[in-house]
Amino acid sequence: MMSGSTILFYLLAALTLTCGLLSVTTRHIFRAAIYVLFALIGIAGLYFWMEYEFIAAVQIVVYVGGIIVLIIFSIFLTQQAGEKLAKPALNRQLFSALAVFCGFALTLLQVFQHDFKAGTEAAVLPTVANIGNNMLNVSESGYALPFEVISILLLAALVGCIVIALRSKPETK
Amino acid sequence: MEPGLYHILFISAALFFIGVYGFFTRRNLITMLMSTELILNSVNLNFIAFNKYLWPGKMDGLFFTVFVIAIAAAEAAVGIAIIINLYRSHQSIDVASAEDLKY
Repeated sequence: MMSGSTILFYLLAALTLTCGLLSVTTRHIFRAAIYVLFALIGIAGLYFWMEYEFIAAVQIVVYVGGIIVLIIFSIFLTQQAGEKLAKPALNRQLFSALAVFCGFALTLLQVFQHDFKAGTEAAVLPTVANIGNNMLNVSESGYALPFEVISILLLAALVGCIVIALRSKPETK
Repeated sequence: MEPGLYHILFISAALFFIGVYGFFTRRNLITMLMSTELILNSVNLNFIAFNKYLWPGKMDGLFFTVFVIAIAAAEAAVGIAIIINLYRSHQSIDVASAEDLKY
């Protein structure tokens, strides 16, 4: 008899993998974006299932609310409505599937042969208070420096986006 | 059997290779970007699973996931800016139309 948690896990896993697979095989680009959206929601559900609520919330806010909306906007800007994507050549499909299958089998073989040793130290709960304390901690186990580096990277990326996407004026050409 | 580390690793490996398959077969830049998002998400899932099941006393995996999400957001924004710029100059976002640098 499976417990509710186990059933929930398999449902989330099925949602994630099915939507992921559909998103790379469908020929409608808008549907592909929606399938990716549901795959990302499934992953957020898995984070909830593992009781990492903060990461799940970040996943939903940043991916589902940010990146997917950005992708959908760019689809509307660049794609003609109702136009299907070209079907990939059969031999490319075949060899990609072969390469992916071999890589997948190899990875699983390695993973299931390896005996992972669990740590024995007391668990630190991933609460928001603990995350905040560690994130801005400047001592040895803190993450203040990477946090600042990421901030600079995000700023540079945003400025770079504006510069790249800016329409150049005709007289400057 | 209660789902554990190996189940999560199976899901993330499957999702990673689904993303790789999409990256190999797609020829539209936006769908290729979606495939890379799937790949990055599978990596995040691995980080969280290792953090939960193998090193519960630390939060390294969690922080790496936060940083990967931030970098993925920056990467998507820059990628889409480039795609829109490419569409403006070539009226197409197929990778085959972006081969000017070859000659």
